[in-house]
Amino acid sequence: MLLNREELKTVGEQYKAAFDAQQKKILVCAGTGCVAGGSLEIHAELKRLIEEKGLHCAVTLEKEPHDETVGIKKSGCHGFCEMGPLVRLEPQGWLYTKVKLEDCAEIVTESIFGGRFVERLGYKQDGKTFPTQEEIPFYKNQNRLVLEHCGQIDATSITEYLAIGGYKSFEKALFDMAPEEIVKTIEEASLRGRGGGGYPTGHKWKQVMRQKAEQKYVVCNGDEGDPGAFMDRSVMEGDPHRMLEGMMIAGIACGASEGYIYVRAEYPLAVERLEGAIREARKFGLLGENILGSGRAFDIKISKGAGAFVCGEGSALTASIEGKRGMPRVKPPRTVEQGLFGQPTVLNNVETFANVPLIIKNGAEWYKKIGPEKSPGTKAFALTGNIENTGLIEVPMGTTLREIIYEIGGGMRGGENFKAVQIGGPSGGCLTQEHLDMPLDFDSLSKAGAMIGSGGLVVMDDHTCMVEVARFFMNFTQNESCGKCVPCREGTKRMLAILEKIVSGQGEPEDISMLLELADMISATALCGLGKTAAFPVVSTIKYFRDEYEAHVVEKRCPTKTCQKLKTIVIDATLCRGCSKCARVCPVGAITGKIKEPFVIDAGKCIKCGACLESCAFKAIKED
Amino acid sequence: MSTEFMIIDNMPVELAGEKNVLDVIRKAGIELPTFCYHSELSVYGACRMCVVEDKWGTIHASCSTPPKAGMELRTNTPRLRKYRKMILELFLANHCRDCTTCEKNGKCKLQELAQRFGIKKVRFDNTSPDADMDTSSRCITRDKSKCILCGDCVRVCEEVQNVGAIDFAHRGSKMQVTTAFDEPIARTNCVGCGQCAAVCPTGAIVIKNDTSKLWKELSDENTKVLVQIAPAVRVGIGEAFGLPEGKNAMGRIVAALRRIGFNEVFDTTVGADLTVLEETGEFLGRLQKGEKLPLFTSCCPAWVKYAEFNYPDLIDHISTCRSPMQMFGSVLKEHYSHSHKKVVVVAVMPCTAKKEEAARDEFKEDGVPYVDYVISTQELIQMIREAGIVFSEIEPEAVDMPFGNTSGAGVIFGVTGGVTEAVVRRISDDKSISALRAIAFTGIRGMEGVKEAKLDVGGREVNIAIVSGLKNADDLIKQIQSGEKSYDFIEVMACPGGCICGAGQPVATGEGKKNRSSGLYEADRMSNIKRSEENPVIMALYGGLLKGKTHQLLHVEYHRKG
Repeated sequence: MLLNREELKTVGEQYKAAFDAQQKKILVCAGTGCVAGGSLEIHAELKRLIEEKGLHCAVTLEKEPHDETVGIKKSGCHGFCEMGPLVRLEPQGWLYTKVKLEDCAEIVTESIFGGRFVERLGYKQDGKTFPTQEEIPFYKNQNRLVLEHCGQIDATSITEYLAIGGYKSFEKALFDMAPEEIVKTIEEASLRGRGGGGYPTGHKWKQVMRQKAEQKYVVCNGDEGDPGAFMDRSVMEGDPHRMLEGMMIAGIACGASEGYIYVRAEYPLAVERLEGAIREARKFGLLGENILGSGRAFDIKISKGAGAFVCGEGSALTASIEGKRGMPRVKPPRTVEQGLFGQPTVLNNVETFANVPLIIKNGAEWYKKIGPEKSPGTKAFALTGNIENTGLIEVPMGTTLREIIYEIGGGMRGGENFKAVQIGGPSGGCLTQEHLDMPLDFDSLSKAGAMIGSGGLVVMDDHTCMVEVARFFMNFTQNESCGKCVPCREGTKRMLAILEKIVSGQGEPEDISMLLELADMISATALCGLGKTAAFPVVSTIKYFRDEYEAHVVEKRCPTKTCQKLKTIVIDATLCRGCSKCARVCPVGAITGKIKEPFVIDAGKCIKCGACLESCAFKAIKED
Repeated sequence: MSTEFMIIDNMPVELAGEKNVLDVIRKAGIELPTFCYHSELSVYGACRMCVVEDKWGTIHASCSTPPKAGMELRTNTPRLRKYRKMILELFLANHCRDCTTCEKNGKCKLQELAQRFGIKKVRFDNTSPDADMDTSSRCITRDKSKCILCGDCVRVCEEVQNVGAIDFAHRGSKMQVTTAFDEPIARTNCVGCGQCAAVCPTGAIVIKNDTSKLWKELSDENTKVLVQIAPAVRVGIGEAFGLPEGKNAMGRIVAALRRIGFNEVFDTTVGADLTVLEETGEFLGRLQKGEKLPLFTSCCPAWVKYAEFNYPDLIDHISTCRSPMQMFGSVLKEHYSHSHKKVVVVAVMPCTAKKEEAARDEFKEDGVPYVDYVISTQELIQMIREAGIVFSEIEPEAVDMPFGNTSGAGVIFGVTGGVTEAVVRRISDDKSISALRAIAFTGIRGMEGVKEAKLDVGGREVNIAIVSGLKNADDLIKQIQSGEKSYDFIEVMACPGGCICGAGQPVATGEGKKNRSSGLYEADRMSNIKRSEENPVIMALYGGLLKGKTHQLLHVEYHRKG
C-alpha cells in the first residue's frame, strides 16, 4: 500500500531499475487471438526450456534482479493477429510470427543462447525477411500511442506499468492539477470520443464537473459490439492499467468517487485482466479510500454485459448496469445530468480513456500536433476483410485509406482490386475508390455519409456483392435492435425482408425505392443513435453501387456471382467430354446426358451447390 | 415574469409549465396521435407517432421534447404524415386485421388511427402472427399476437401498481411482453386489477368476458337471476350512451337490467352499508384493545391479493370484513335460500379483480360461490347494446325490495376516501348536518393518491391514511415499517382514484374521473339517508337474517399466499 506520492515515485524508480536491468526479454502475445493459437503453452514451454538450461526466468519484475535473468512476459495484443502467435525478443526487437510449440526449442537455443535470428520464423513480404518488429511495414507506418504498451510490457503486471512511468499522469492530476485544469487540458487537446459519435470529451467532463451532486460516476464503455471490431478488447487485455488510469483521472476531474467498467462477458480475458489490474491497483493504494494520502477516494467495479449490441448506447448501458433491461431511454435528461443510478455520469469508451494519461503527461499542445486540428490524436482500427495483413492498427487521425490498405495492410489479398471498405460497422457506411485519398477523421467521414464508429474497417475486393454486405449488416441490426421503438424494430425487419428478397432473386425494381423510403423514416424518427444509423449501410451501398442493386432486381443477376440463388450453372457443350462425373456428384440429380456427349443441367432442379464445378476436370462447367 | 410562447403550426401557444411539447400541442387543440404516451406514466417514447418537425427540418418526438420559449414546430408536414402512415403500415403488417371479431373492435387505438390516417393499403407482406392467447386469468385475457409493444401495460403494472407481473423479453422483432419464464399470467404475482387492459391500445389485453354464460342463465326459466350494481357503475356507464360524463344513471341501469331479464335488481350499496357497520365495529374494537393496528380496509380484492403476495405479515391487519359485493352476495343467497328455483347472484362491478374475488374458495359454500357471476361495466354496456336497449331513452326505475334503501355513506364507496368517510360518519358522535359537512373537508376527499386525516375518537387522536394505486400503498407501508409514519386506519384501493377508475369501467380522462367522483358525491347529497346505520334495510337485516350469523355471512379469514 503506497501512502503518499513519494512512495509512488520510489517504487516507480525501483521497478524501472529492475525493468531496465532485464537485458533479455521474451514477450509472448497473450491477446485473445494468439491465446487461441496456443501462445500460453508457448509461454510455458519457453520458460521450461530456458530454466532447463540453467538460466533464471523472471515472470515478474524483481526488485533485486538476477544477473543473467530472462524476463518472460505475457504481453498485450501486438496487433498483427494474422501472423500469430507472435513472440518478440528483446533487446533485439525481433518478432517471430506463427510460432508453434515445436519452434520453442529452436528459439531458445538459437536466439536466447546463441543470439542468432531464426530466419524461418521472421516475417516475410515480397521475398524479403524483416527481422525486427519496427521494420515490418505493418508496424512501420503506424503510430502506436494508445497501443504503445501492447506487446512491449507484461499486460498482467502493475509493476511493469509502474516501471515505464505508469500512473504518473494520475499522480500529476491528483496532486498538481485542479479539476478545472484537468478538464481544460482535455478540452484544449480536443480529444473526441472514440466510441463513434466523436463528442468532445473535455466538454462532456466539464458538464459533469459542474453538476452538483453527492454522487457522480465514471463509466467506461467496454461493450464493443461491432462485428469484427476488437480495438477496445485489445486495450483492456493488453494495457488495462492505462485505461484505469484514464478513468481515475476522469474521477478526480469530475468529482466522482465510483467507476464502472461495462465489459461484455464474451471478453473473458479482458474481464480477467481488468479484475487483476483493479485488484493490484487497490493493493498499491491507487484505488480505494484516501488515495496516496490525498484524501480523495475512487474505486472501480466491473459490470459484465450479456453481449447486447444496443448496450453500447449510453442509456441502455447504464440501465444494464442498474440491472434493468438494456434499452435506450428518451433524452433529456442526458447521461451527464442523470446517468447511472440517476446521477451525473461521465461515460467514455475504452480507447478514449486510454488517451487521457498521455494527454495529461504530455500536455494538450503535444496532443494537438498529432493528426488534424479538429480531430487530433490517433485512432485504432481493426483491419479485416480481403486484405493481406489483418489485425489491430493505430494511425494518426487523418491518415488516408490508401495508406492503411496499401502500406500497413500490405494491399489487397491476392492482388485483387479494391472495391470498398465498410467503416463504422453496422452504423457506418461504405467508402469507395473515390475516397481512398480522403483523410480519415470524424468530420470528413460524416461528410462522406460514413462514420468512424468505434473503428471497424472491413476491406472488400471486387468479388464482394454490396447488396449482400447490406443484407449482412441489416440482419445484424435487426437481431440486435432492442425492439423498443417502432421504426427500428419494424422498419429494419422490413428492410431485411426486402434485402433477402433481392439477394434471392425475388426483388422488384420498386424495392430499391422502398428501401430508401424506409431508411429515411428510420433515420428521421428512431429513438436512439443506433436506430437512427441502422439504415446507413443500405443507403450508402445504394448510393455508390446502385447498379448492383439494379442488376439484382432487374436482370436477376448478381454481378459478383456471390448470391447463391442468383447463380446459374451451365455446361459448356464445346468443352464437355461427357464423362458423367458431374452427374454422379450432383446431389439432386439435376445433370443428365449420354456418355461421350455433352451433359446438361436442369436449372429448375439445380440447387447451385457447386459440387459439379469442382468435379469437372475439363473446366466445362461454369457459373453464369 | 412575462409570458412565454411556443409557435406551433404558426400559432403562438402559451407555455404553462408543461412537461413536454406534446402537452403544449394538445393544449393548442391539435390531437397528435400516440400509442405509448400516458401523462400518468413515465415517458417511453417508442411509438414515434407524435413526431414533429422544427424549422430546420429536424424530427423530434414531442412526448420527450421539453418545451422551450420561442421554439417553432410543425405538426402536420408532408414528411410527418408520410412517417406516421408508414409507422401505421408497419404496425398493421404485423397485426391481426380481423377487426370485426376483436374484443376491442371500435375501441382500438390502432384501428382508430389507421382510419384517421386513411390507411387503405399495407405495402408490406402480411406477417401477422397467429393468436397467442393466455386465458389463465379470471380477470384479463391476453393475446400476444395483437400486442404493438407500446409498453403501456408494463409501465402501469410496474409504476402505478408496483406489481411488475409483465415485462419485455427478447430483442428486435422477436420482442414481446410476457411474464417471468413466460408462465400463464394466473401463475404470476398479477393481482387482477386490470389496469393493463385499461391502458392497452389494442386487443392484446382485454377484460375477461363472461357475458355469454350469463345470457344462458338469463334465458333459463328455472333460474332466478339476482343482480347487484356497485356504486361506481352508475357514474361510469352513461358516457358510453351519450349521457354526460359522471352522470348518475342508476335508474336507467335498473330498468335496463330488468328488460334484459334479471329477476331482481339490487344495489351493492346495501353491502357497503353493512361493511361500514362491521368495519367500524372491528376498528373500534381493535382501537380499544390497541392491537393489530393500523387496520387496512378489505373492500379491494386486488389490494388483498397484493398484500397476500408481498406483505403476508400484514394479513392480520386487514379487516376481516368481506367486501360489500361479497357481504351482499351472501346475504342474498341466504335470503333466497328457500327459493324453489336455482338462485344465481350476479354483480355488475367497475372492477376486473372482483371476478377473481368471487371465485375464491373463501367465498364459496359447498363449492358454490355466493356471487356466481361478475361482469364489468363494459360487459354490461355490451349486453345493453346487444339487447337493443336505447339507454338514453329508457325510463329510470327503482331497485327491488326488500333491499330497496341505501345510504349516501354507502354510495360514496366508489371513490377514493369514500369508505373512510362512511366510517367516520359512523364513528363521529356529532350527528348534526354541519358536522357531516365538515367531515368532507378533513382531507379525505379528492383524487390525490395519498391523503391523510385526523379524527378524535373518545379523546384519542386517530390517524387515517387513504391511498389509491398499489405503488402508493407500497410506499406508505414502507414508511410505516421504517417508523416514519404511523396510522390507525388505512383505506387502500388498487386503482388510482378508487373504483370509479376501475379497469372494468370505460376509460376515463382526468376530467372524466372528477366528473364521476362528483356524480357519487351528488348521489350522497341527494340521498335522504346519510349514515349507514340509519338505513332501515340494515336495521332489519341485523334484527332478522343476520342474527347470530354476522360472522358466518359477513366476515372472512385471509391466509398467507406469497
